Amino acid sequence: MFQFRTQVKALQTAILFILLISFSLRINAQEGKALFNAKCASCHAIDKQLVGPALRGVEDRWGGDKAMIHNWVHNSAAVIKSGYPRAVEVYSQFNKVQMTAFPELADKDIDAILAYVSAPPAANTTPGSAPSSAGAPADNKDDSSLLFGILTLILAVISLILLQVNSNLRKLSDDREGVHAPEPVPFYRNKAYIATGAIILFLLAGYFVFQGAQGLGRSQNYQPEQPIFYSHTVHAGVNQISCLYCHGGAQDSKHANIPSVNVCMNCHMGINEYAKGPKLYREDGSEVDGTAEIKKLYQYAGWDPTTRNYTGNGKPVEWIRIHNLPDHVYFNHSQHVKAGKQQCQTCHGEIQKMNEVYQFANLSMGWCVNCHRETKVQFADNKFYSIYEKFHEDIKNKKLDSVTVEKIGGTECQKCHY
Amino acid sequence: MEQKKYWQNFGELRNSEGYEKDLQDEFKEQLPFEADDKGLLEARTPRRDFLKYVGFSTAAAAVAAGCEIPVKKSIPYLNKPENIIPGVPNYFATTYVQDGNVVPVVAKVRDGRPIKLEGNELSSITLGGTSARVQAAVLGIYDTARSRYPIANGKEVTTFEAFDKMVVEAMKGAGGVTVLLTSTITSPTSKMVIAQFLAKNPGSRHVQYDAISASGLLQANEAGYGKRAIPSYHFDNAKVIVSLGADFLGTWLNTIEYSRQYAAGRKINQLNPEMSKHIQFESMLSLTGANADERFVHRPSEAGAVALGLYARLGGSVTAPAVADERLKKGLDLAASQLKAANGAALVVSGSNDARVQTIVNAINEIIGANGKTINWATTLNTRQGNDKEMVQLVQDMNDGKVGALLIHGVNPAYDYFDSKKFTEGLKKVKVSISFNDREDETSENCKFSLPDHHFLESWGDAEMKSGAISFLQPTIAPIFKTRAFQTSLMHWSGDTSEYGDFFKNYWITKLGGQEAWDKALQDGVVENLAAPAAAPFNNSGVAEAAAQLSSAKKGGKTELVIYEKVSMGSGKDANNPWLQELPDPITKATWDNYVIISYAKAKDLGIVVDDNYEVETSKPTVTLKSGGKEFVLPILVIPGMHPDVVALALGYGRSEKTGKAAAGVGQNAFPLVSFNGASFEYAATDVSVEKTGKTYKVAYTQTHNQYEGRKEVVREYDLEDFRKTPKILKAERDELVEDFAKQTGDYRVEGTLYPDYPYPGAKWGMSIDLNTCTGCGACSIACTAENNVAVVGKSEVLRAHEMHWLRIDRYFATYRDNSGNDDLDNLNVLFMPVMCQHCDNAPCENVCPVNATSHSSEGLNQMTYNRCIGTRYCANNCPFKVRRFNWADYMGADSFPDNQNGKLDASVMQMNDDLTRMVLNPDVTVRSRGVIEKCSFCVQRLQDGKLKAKKENRPLDTGAEGKWDIKTACQQACPTNAIVFGNVNDKKSPVSKIRNEEQTNRVFYALEQLHVLPSVNYLAKIRNTDRHVGVSEEGHGAAEGEKKAETLPSAKQPVEAEVK
Repeated sequence: MFQFRTQVKALQTAILFILLISFSLRINAQEGKALFNAKCASCHAIDKQLVGPALRGVEDRWGGDKAMIHNWVHNSAAVIKSGYPRAVEVYSQFNKVQMTAFPELADKDIDAILAYVSAPPAANTTPGSAPSSAGAPADNKDDSSLLFGILTLILAVISLILLQVNSNLRKLSDDREGVHAPEPVPFYRNKAYIATGAIILFLLAGYFVFQGAQGLGRSQNYQPEQPIFYSHTVHAGVNQISCLYCHGGAQDSKHANIPSVNVCMNCHMGINEYAKGPKLYREDGSEVDGTAEIKKLYQYAGWDPTTRNYTGNGKPVEWIRIHNLPDHVYFNHSQHVKAGKQQCQTCHGEIQKMNEVYQFANLSMGWCVNCHRETKVQFADNKFYSIYEKFHEDIKNKKLDSVTVEKIGGTECQKCHY
Repeated sequence: MEQKKYWQNFGELRNSEGYEKDLQDEFKEQLPFEADDKGLLEARTPRRDFLKYVGFSTAAAAVAAGCEIPVKKSIPYLNKPENIIPGVPNYFATTYVQDGNVVPVVAKVRDGRPIKLEGNELSSITLGGTSARVQAAVLGIYDTARSRYPIANGKEVTTFEAFDKMVVEAMKGAGGVTVLLTSTITSPTSKMVIAQFLAKNPGSRHVQYDAISASGLLQANEAGYGKRAIPSYHFDNAKVIVSLGADFLGTWLNTIEYSRQYAAGRKINQLNPEMSKHIQFESMLSLTGANADERFVHRPSEAGAVALGLYARLGGSVTAPAVADERLKKGLDLAASQLKAANGAALVVSGSNDARVQTIVNAINEIIGANGKTINWATTLNTRQGNDKEMVQLVQDMNDGKVGALLIHGVNPAYDYFDSKKFTEGLKKVKVSISFNDREDETSENCKFSLPDHHFLESWGDAEMKSGAISFLQPTIAPIFKTRAFQTSLMHWSGDTSEYGDFFKNYWITKLGGQEAWDKALQDGVVENLAAPAAAPFNNSGVAEAAAQLSSAKKGGKTELVIYEKVSMGSGKDANNPWLQELPDPITKATWDNYVIISYAKAKDLGIVVDDNYEVETSKPTVTLKSGGKEFVLPILVIPGMHPDVVALALGYGRSEKTGKAAAGVGQNAFPLVSFNGASFEYAATDVSVEKTGKTYKVAYTQTHNQYEGRKEVVREYDLEDFRKTPKILKAERDELVEDFAKQTGDYRVEGTLYPDYPYPGAKWGMSIDLNTCTGCGACSIACTAENNVAVVGKSEVLRAHEMHWLRIDRYFATYRDNSGNDDLDNLNVLFMPVMCQHCDNAPCENVCPVNATSHSSEGLNQMTYNRCIGTRYCANNCPFKVRRFNWADYMGADSFPDNQNGKLDASVMQMNDDLTRMVLNPDVTVRSRGVIEKCSFCVQRLQDGKLKAKKENRPLDTGAEGKWDIKTACQQACPTNAIVFGNVNDKKSPVSKIRNEEQTNRVFYALEQLHVLPSVNYLAKIRNTDRHVGVSEEGHGAAEGEKKAETLPSAKQPVEAEVK
């Protein structure tokens, strides 16, 4: 796994540093960058055509007529109506789609943006080298069971030796005292040893069979290869897109819902290449071409990036379902996300660090129930719980400090099985 | 002195040996061990077989477990529609339309498929009530027998354009007149389309035909009030209701509205107990008759005499023919005096399809001043417009070769026309016959063209149930099959190439004054603009003639026949709906059949022995029923409360093979027994012969299943007078329990048991069922089936008492027994009691489960955990209410091994397992597999959903206080009379706590309260507005009861023995 976050931070610092040096004289541009990102970036890039044209050299194209650019930004429709040639040209060039009006931008703000977009390109925008350690980071989990195991083994060997010594000594002493002892049985034919061994083996086998049987149908760590290499690291991690932007169902429905392709296209109509983010690797170590994956999305969406039109030949993406609950379990995302105010990561793990999603929790009933036993409900904040008069009284009288899910019936059968 | 007894079957009435033996067995059949008398150890299934089974199951389990977990795909939308969130249901207001009946509903659509219908509460007519048939209609859209594409001359036509071309061409060369034959059309826009079509085809006409007709009523009203219409009845304004054979709670006209109104007059305010008085005159025991306070039986041939008798007693200037029967005479006297005393707040209705009887009834309503008070002529009902005479004329024209083209929509005369043979012959002479019916039914089969219409849940449209009350249809799903709106077809064939949906929308946008008004109307589903109630002037010129004709009507023969409509089946359109087929009839409790209902006396007369085993055995004697040259061999069911000389047979059965797996071969078609009297169809025959055949036939009926093992009293009933005089009559009885078991604390709940009393810190669910307003219609039962994925088991399994209904409606007969031990079977009351899991706080089932699969929740639910259940059935054994159901087979296809179903289940069950039909399943409820127990969960999925909704909105839960409901159980929501109330009993403001603690303290009781199982369901005692003494207060409790039993038993048995010999 990669330490993306540190890399991204390093990258950001690097860029900032370069920018500082390059444009230290033009503080304007800093302001311009912020404004550009806030207002323009969803449709424009500096060097590339997105929904709107690339903005580098915009002043030249408009003949240096800053006032007219100001007007355009404030209200493009009026400028088009006035028949200003460049305005009409741009308008017809982009399928007669009007640019959003930004009346709130002051002239100097627009100047700042223009300054930013006309600045020379940054030296190097490619990310740093691939992480040196492609393998898993060292397992620094405090695993004392191994230590205990070794200790047990040593003790067992010592006790065996001691037993052997003891029996030898007894044999010697018996011999000396003339007591006729039967020929010693080798330990592998000693019935006591065999019996003990058999019992231990039986217990071990039973333990593993039981564990195995319990795990039937469970699929923790299941990590299938998906039709598109969709990286949560890039979306939820690097770009900090809220989980609910795509999985909106999580706050309204029992299903979190995989987003439909049109949700992807909200952003990817503009973002048509993967260039700036960290390098991506599959589990097998091969590198992922992000831009090619975006192309796959376009194929599914039926989007032609050159004409910027939908062809109408889209088909939905057949994602492979990772989290499966048996039919007899009712689970509702909105109950946990909206009413229970749980983080997605509680059950799905650090999803913002997963390139390929895997099943984090084992989704067993024990796992559910344990959480219900420990988690506290929004008892004071949610007016729904006002009917639990007794608990409120107990809290007031300090008999109770909090109310867990279990306390309000969260471990009863028909909370999930009906 | 007379004693009253409540009983469910003849065995119970007589405490017969067969009945006693039957009670001993929790499950009706032996377990499939081949154990002979030597005991299990020496049974013929030896140890080796057992080991084989064990080995096989272990191996099978290992193989099943060894399989890899299959890769599942998750496929999101390509472009998600904005208003759909997968997993969250959408609700669309639409309208149930069938056979002219109109019910505004709201369809629950989950992930694109309608899975449940609820009544639309915005309709002021139904107020959100539904019926069993409406509840079951959602299954109809997934019917596997629906036609899947247009057919011309037996071959599929691939495009509608090609079909249109063929039809237009054929119609050009058809010659003769063009006739459009439909059921009652209530849709204003459809009528416009039809008018357009008729205008384009000169000489064409539109005939409306109702399989179960109200033509006589319409005709009488046309003569009397100048309007061929049905007025609005106001049963809620009537203090006295007299029904002459009208089953207005079950099948007659607008039953949901009438039930709601009727219940309004039956709700008891315990401080001032008052209720309407309902007197029923009828020939057979109908659902409405079962609810009546006083009930009198007569022959069908006496229907005119009864109407005239009542009219004469009220001062009508007619001489009524004499009525021989003393009891009937007294009944007429009673009805007349009550009607007079009511001073206008009275209503007389008749279910007759004879215009002459209806004319007399109109005259009666004039005399008692009902017109304008309980009868409203300003708003008329549109759901029956069929004209029997026109239909008969059409069939004649067809046979005469006058009809060139016949377009058939929504009717099936080849099955339900009284002379269907003549219709079919005529149909063959019609050059161009086109059917819009939904399946290859008896009529479509014989048509040259078939272009199936959409199901109503796939359609745009409107329906005007009553003048001024419009409700809209909107599609809840894209058409599943290649079907087309029949209005669109008519438009295309009259040269208009637009679509009906657009035409309909444009019409209403214009009419309602804009898009916004239209959007709101469509969202609400109803637009109402009802006129203020008003009377209409009555013209009594026809009365004398009608009276004269009725007086001279010929006498009936030895035996007479009533042809009736079943609550569940209606005219037979729903015959392929397994939910309805398996719904026990409210009165007979029989499923999957029609049969001849006869009285006890008639059975005796025919030499049929109603002995010890009569109701324990499922095999029923069959009889030959002959009428007008037609002969049927049918099983009988003996039902008390029938007129001794009357037999009854239900319509809607005996459908053809192609109508579907569930419909085919079930029962026999009774429509051929209907006759035409020159003006309207008659649903009775006055001279039939019935003879015993000596053979038997198995009828799957449930009245001997799930019995209380002789525990008393489960139901409580009092007459109004008693209840007025001693309001604490029931309370006192309940207080005796405190006296006996809780002397120290006075708290029966805590002191009456060794177990601790558990606290319910949050919500505590409870239900209250008012036996006074429950009519027994069965809507709740089907609603429960639809909501909770309750399995259909098929006739063969019902015969083995394996039905799965979570909510059953127990039907009790209450009869009097005189001192010599004779039971008066004609003079009876009927009680209905819906029984579901009572969610006992001290539940006997929970203690006996070896694996803790049934446990108690902190909200008072008795929880059933299917995945834990190992199927010992101890819980079912220990349940005093017998509400637990065991999955004897893999009814729902939930097992991993498909072979568990093949060849073992009825075709109808397999129909429910079709991929198409399974789309109706509620995804929030587990589909149960073989070998587990299930039962009512108080709709726990709705409870969880309602609670979550409140949590998400950061507010307390609303359980009915101030009319705000987060949660309604399916049965509660379906009930047209609001007899079922559910809520949080810890919330002092919820209706259910108010009923228990404030409003109905004198009527509240719990079933089998003496067992101290502490049910969460309470009932409100039935109050009957009658002068006869009602209730069982004479029977003592405990020891005293035992003594009395000993006294009455021997004498009670005598008549039975006499019959056996």
